[in-house]
Amino acid sequence: MRILVVEDDAVLADGLKVGLGLYGATLDIVGNCADGRAALAADVFDAVVLDIMLPDGSGIDLLASLRAKGDRIPILLLTALDEVSDRIKGLDAGADDYLGKPFDLDELAARVRAISRRQEGRASSSVSHNGVTLDLARLTATVDGRDTIQLSRREFAILSALMERPGVVLSKADLEGRLYGWQEEVESNTVEVHVHKLRSKIGHSKIETMRGIGYRMRQTPS
Amino acid sequence: MKSLKHKLFLILVAATGLIWLGATCWIYVRTTRDVEDVLDSRLQEAALMVLSLAARSSVSAFESDASAAHASNFQIYQHQLSCQIWSLDGRLVARSTGAPNEILSVTRSGFSERAIKGETWRVFTAEDPAKNIRVLVGDRLGLREALVADIIKGLAAPMLLTIPLLALLIWASLTRGLQPLYTLAEDLMCRGADDMTPVPTENIPAEIQPMVRSLNNLLGRVQDALRHERDITAFAAHEIRTPLAGLRTQAQIAMTTADRSIRDTALRQIALSVDRTTRLVRQLLTIARLDSERRQPTKPVLVGDVVQEMLDALPPADRDADVTIDPVLQDTIVDTDPEALLLAIRNLHENAVRHMPRGGALRWSSEKLEDGTVVFVEDTGPGIPEDELTQVTNRFFRGRNKTAVGSGLGLTIAALALQVSGGQLCLRNRVGRSGLRAEMRWKYPPRPN
Repeated sequence: MRILVVEDDAVLADGLKVGLGLYGATLDIVGNCADGRAALAADVFDAVVLDIMLPDGSGIDLLASLRAKGDRIPILLLTALDEVSDRIKGLDAGADDYLGKPFDLDELAARVRAISRRQEGRASSSVSHNGVTLDLARLTATVDGRDTIQLSRREFAILSALMERPGVVLSKADLEGRLYGWQEEVESNTVEVHVHKLRSKIGHSKIETMRGIGYRMRQTPS
Repeated sequence: MKSLKHKLFLILVAATGLIWLGATCWIYVRTTRDVEDVLDSRLQEAALMVLSLAARSSVSAFESDASAAHASNFQIYQHQLSCQIWSLDGRLVARSTGAPNEILSVTRSGFSERAIKGETWRVFTAEDPAKNIRVLVGDRLGLREALVADIIKGLAAPMLLTIPLLALLIWASLTRGLQPLYTLAEDLMCRGADDMTPVPTENIPAEIQPMVRSLNNLLGRVQDALRHERDITAFAAHEIRTPLAGLRTQAQIAMTTADRSIRDTALRQIALSVDRTTRLVRQLLTIARLDSERRQPTKPVLVGDVVQEMLDALPPADRDADVTIDPVLQDTIVDTDPEALLLAIRNLHENAVRHMPRGGALRWSSEKLEDGTVVFVEDTGPGIPEDELTQVTNRFFRGRNKTAVGSGLGLTIAALALQVSGGQLCLRNRVGRSGLRAEMRWKYPPRPN
């Protein structure tokens, strides 16, 4: 899951990057509204964690302008202003959820998962396809009802990307986008390495390689 | 509470009543005089008429026919006038019906007044020595007064009747005239406590306009004050809760992760965050102290010493700027409180250092002005956007060019510290290059003339 965080406090931003990273998400951090707007225009994210009081304006305005353009990206407002009236204002402006500072990291991760899941039209926190069930909260998978398999952060990122839209082929670049934020250096064969590890954990046949195009989940039981 | 309506009503009714009373008095006086004139000339005419009639016959004719005189009846206006004819030697020759037997006047001729049996008579006397008669025609003053009284009564009756009617009319007019006030009061009563929209000035009479305008002005100021308070609360919440959120998140990471390097980084971030929060708390306490402080006693302070003292005490993190101290500061003495001056200088210095790129230059100097002294620090940072210049001294305001470590309180503290020690903070962007010039101004005390 690729998440954009718009937050200007360095310590908190770092905490979010590392903390949500532990939950298998890839984060990009920007420090103001203008950069947030630019990032959203340039890249695809699964969710946005948005601070309200930003140096160059209000996160609410950014949110409202996104909604006015018809952008339906899941947005969670993260803010020090958590009076009821502030929350109502935020939700009415088009936020999917609202969390007051300071917050529990686990709760934030769960809420971000929830809003992006709702966006995809799912109500449960796990996805299943062709015998593979992925638990999005625990970073675990079960295959054909057998024991629970613990996945690494990167493995989870690749598998969840593939399972979100099981029929769709994702290119290596797409998957790299899921694994790395902007500042991170992409190692040339990371995707191949992690797909290989994944296959050894959940079964070789579950992921198909489309030569020269990318990867996708196999459609029928083999 | 005095009712304006009641007051106006009483004034109007009393004024109307007084005017009418005055008019009535005037009419009374005029009527009395007119009636006197008319009746006097009537007396005179009647007397002369009787005299000319009597002169044609002889006194003896009257005497022989006293009863005829009775019958012929010098009865004028139903006893309003009484007439006596006397011979010059003092015999009553004839008199009209109802005229008293006693002589009406002892005056020889002309007008006179005399009391007879408790009644005062006004009499005109005319005599004809040739015929040996004297004619006296008189009327009773009481009658005259009754006539005047009748006239006044005739006037006063409708007046007395119309006074309540007029009062009613005045009351109704007042009610109607004061209606806009009642409407305004009702509108204000029905207002929500946080409704600060201006009172509409249409349909409001010109007399109340100034009041409504002042009221709107007040509403505007209250709204600004409220917004300011809300802004401060919001900024404060943000500045205090954000580091706490960072602390908590990093603490959770440190607790959760098995990766040693991630945990170490998180712990370092926690230490950093605690340092910043400590600084924030220290600043908040400083502000609380400055807020409660009254104006401090001042004494002459050598600014150069204070700047040097501040530099010596500066933490290493704030030392990597190229600092120039103009020698003129060693000759600059201002009347202030040294503690407060140190606080202001330190905060301005920190603010300048933190907003400059590494290796930026800043310069402390001073100038003499016509009416005071200005001590200033110039930096080579980005300056402050013009639209934020008035806001940066607000609590927790950080603006667009904010630093990672600031709290938005440094300039607030500098401004407050100067305020309690008789100075003033003035911020402006440098002309011709980027950078901020933060000025501390002290005015000379007014010279006694």
